[in-house]
Amino acid sequence: MLEVRSVTAGYGAFTALWDVSLSVAAGEAVAVVGPNGAGKTTLLRVLSGLLPARAGHLSLDGISLTGRPAHEVVGHGIAHVPEGRRIFPALTVADNLRMGAYLPAARRRFAESLAGVYALFPVLAERRRQRAGSLSGGEQQMLAIGRALMSRPKLILLDEPSMGLAPVMVLRLFDLIRRVRGEGYTILVVEQNVRQVLKIVDRAYLLEVGRIKREGRAAELAEDEFVRKSYVGL
Amino acid sequence: MIDPIFLVEAAVNGVLLGGILALLALGLNLIFGVIDIVWIVYVDLVMVCMYAIYFAHVHGWPFWLAALGAVGLGALLGIAVHVLVISPILGSPPINQLLATGGLLFFIQSFATFLWTTDHRSVRFALPTFEVGGIFLPATRLIPFGISILAMLALYLFLTRTFAGTAIRAVAQDREAMALMGANPRRVYVTTSAVGGLMAGLAGALLVFQYSVHPFFGGQFGPLTFMICVLGGLGNMVGAFVASFIMSEIISIAGVLWSTEMGYVIAFVVFIVVMFIRPGGILARPE
Amino acid sequence: MTGIAAPDRRPAGPGTAPRALVAAAGAALLVLPLLLTGGLGQYALHVLIQIFVWAFIGQAWSLMGRFGLVSLGHGAFLGLGAYTDALLWNFFGLTPWLGAAAAVALTGVFAAVVAYPCSRFRVVGHYFALVTLAVGEVVRLLIIAERDWTGGSLGLTLRPARTDGLVALQFADKRVFYYGALALWAGGLWVWRRLDRSMARAAMEAIGEDETAAASVGIHVTRFKIGVTVLSATLTALGGVAYAQYITYVNPETLAGIGVSLRIVFAVVLGGMYALLGPTVGTALTIALSESLRIAFGLRFIGMAETIYGLLLVLFIIFLPAGIYGGLARLLARRPAAVAPAVQG
Repeated sequence: MLEVRSVTAGYGAFTALWDVSLSVAAGEAVAVVGPNGAGKTTLLRVLSGLLPARAGHLSLDGISLTGRPAHEVVGHGIAHVPEGRRIFPALTVADNLRMGAYLPAARRRFAESLAGVYALFPVLAERRRQRAGSLSGGEQQMLAIGRALMSRPKLILLDEPSMGLAPVMVLRLFDLIRRVRGEGYTILVVEQNVRQVLKIVDRAYLLEVGRIKREGRAAELAEDEFVRKSYVGL
Repeated sequence: MIDPIFLVEAAVNGVLLGGILALLALGLNLIFGVIDIVWIVYVDLVMVCMYAIYFAHVHGWPFWLAALGAVGLGALLGIAVHVLVISPILGSPPINQLLATGGLLFFIQSFATFLWTTDHRSVRFALPTFEVGGIFLPATRLIPFGISILAMLALYLFLTRTFAGTAIRAVAQDREAMALMGANPRRVYVTTSAVGGLMAGLAGALLVFQYSVHPFFGGQFGPLTFMICVLGGLGNMVGAFVASFIMSEIISIAGVLWSTEMGYVIAFVVFIVVMFIRPGGILARPE
Repeated sequence: MTGIAAPDRRPAGPGTAPRALVAAAGAALLVLPLLLTGGLGQYALHVLIQIFVWAFIGQAWSLMGRFGLVSLGHGAFLGLGAYTDALLWNFFGLTPWLGAAAAVALTGVFAAVVAYPCSRFRVVGHYFALVTLAVGEVVRLLIIAERDWTGGSLGLTLRPARTDGLVALQFADKRVFYYGALALWAGGLWVWRRLDRSMARAAMEAIGEDETAAASVGIHVTRFKIGVTVLSATLTALGGVAYAQYITYVNPETLAGIGVSLRIVFAVVLGGMYALLGPTVGTALTIALSESLRIAFGLRFIGMAETIYGLLLVLFIIFLPAGIYGGLARLLARRPAAVAPAVQG
């Protein structure tokens, strides 16, 4: 479904990604893991259109998205849950979700989507009138994911969802991601928490200093010497 | 010592003035909150709309029609300013943006001088004055106040209850995140500029009740409006609302105790002092 | 908040121009009044004097502006300087030399009083610009409010001295004013140059980029900011004194408030804020523009000069943010073999 070919991108004089290629098939859950500063967030920003690539191509279901701005990309079915959640703190939970359905197509099916999100994340339903900024980290993450779901995407990009969350929350979060995936969504998740994320995805890529160093099925990667050496906890 | 009845009257007048100042401040703040640029030229747009009403009136238009025209003109001016001047410099350093709107201020003020001379123009209203407990309340002050309150209420409902309004608030909080929702930033900016301009037009319609218009009208209310916005916290709507009344009360009461100019001086000094104590404004912007 | 167009680190301007050229220009300026005779010559001198004085003022403003301290209230310093000088002369017969000293002292203290809290409480950017705007307006309104002794909006005329001469700083001969203004302007250039080449410049640029970082390497941020502000303010006040002495009439609208403050800023931006001669070029252009429009259209087209001025300003900010002189200087400074770092797109 998602094809990324030879993408190079960066900021100013600094290049963060070098000749990166990956793919995600429909219904798959894929992870991109790597240390801090590897370029994972840059990758997602290129995919969602927040950052233009300097070279390379990306396409979704055959439609080229190279160079398209963010607000167009989401219209083609890619929803990006940004690093740090980026929910609208002064808006209520309900309003945040409403903003997720900004696109006309999404707005038409708003009630249906909302019901689905509340079913998946009951705590959001409880707190629907609460100011989003007053939610806990884990709740905000759920809200961010729920907001992404409101646009009825084909592909969901998750940027470091476990960041800043307590270990208990992290487990619950990955369980939730698994459930979202179970609803039929295709997922590309970027994570530093290698151990946890490899448990819930089908395949994974290892990104280091802007280049793909390893790729393969999740189970294989979890056993891989290189990966195990670099990441404590495996 | 001054007769306390004058003080009470000044306080009441302060409230009535505050309503219109709040309208101005909210319009300016809306634009800043979303686009992150202070339109120094804002009150001059009000001035242009006031001239429009004056000339419409001279040509025999009924006032309500002229006012409607002014509101529409304001919206158009808002869009024009954004598309022609702001849009090209969105990425420029803030000072360039400030100066660009300042240059526009110069342009509009001078062009108005050229077109219409520095003569003061006013629209005469034959409206009654009410007396309540020794205080005189002219309808020319009550009506604009009432309408401004209604307008602000409408704005509040727009921003909180409608989709477009909520989107505007969302963009003000996180422009990039909103782009990820599918919102074309350009479209949101233009809409915001139109709404801001619309409010300027409405403010103009309300100001003609009490004030005569001349090319340097912006000099009278402009600096005050900016200060109110900054005092309330740039981008903070509630703060601007509160700050408007604080400033208008200071101006009104000090104006009665000393002179009109001193009223402004004291208000401005208060502003400066508060800036030192709370640079973010009395109700600094949430996050 | 480094603005207008972030410059290359090298100082642009005649510092790099051949000495002979500078000497020739200087000589030409000195000789000029002798060539300007008759009514037309008098008019030309009048315009030139205004250019030098306002260029000097613009230069003073740019000392702050180039480091991101954009003040929209320099009218305050201008008005304070001019009115202190005028009032001391009118009421006490105090010679303008001492009047100027008093004006400088008063404005300096005033500037420090405003600058200290601004610096201490990190009032920067938008907020700083708007605070200075408020300050400018406060001075203007104060002058108007105290109309009993300041003359209010009607302004104040300097009492004619019984004898013209250096003591009263009043002269019938415009040429004296010309040389005075020229000296003032040259002095301003010298100050700019000194600051540009000093440690202070590096410090201020660091502060402009990142205050916290600058403070962490030991740069005394508050001291530098206040220093630059006081310098800029006192020079502006001197310009106000010069203006008052020449025109022998002061008025709160022309010397204080948002109008004149913006005009100063615009002239500098037009010419280029980071170049030595930027303010001069900008001022010369704006004055030349308004004068030629006034001649061409007379009183019938009041406001047209400023209209074009404002329009040009907007266009310049959009298309030529480095200003005319700044833009040219950058162009000329680019030599074919220059190793310019390629900007990664």
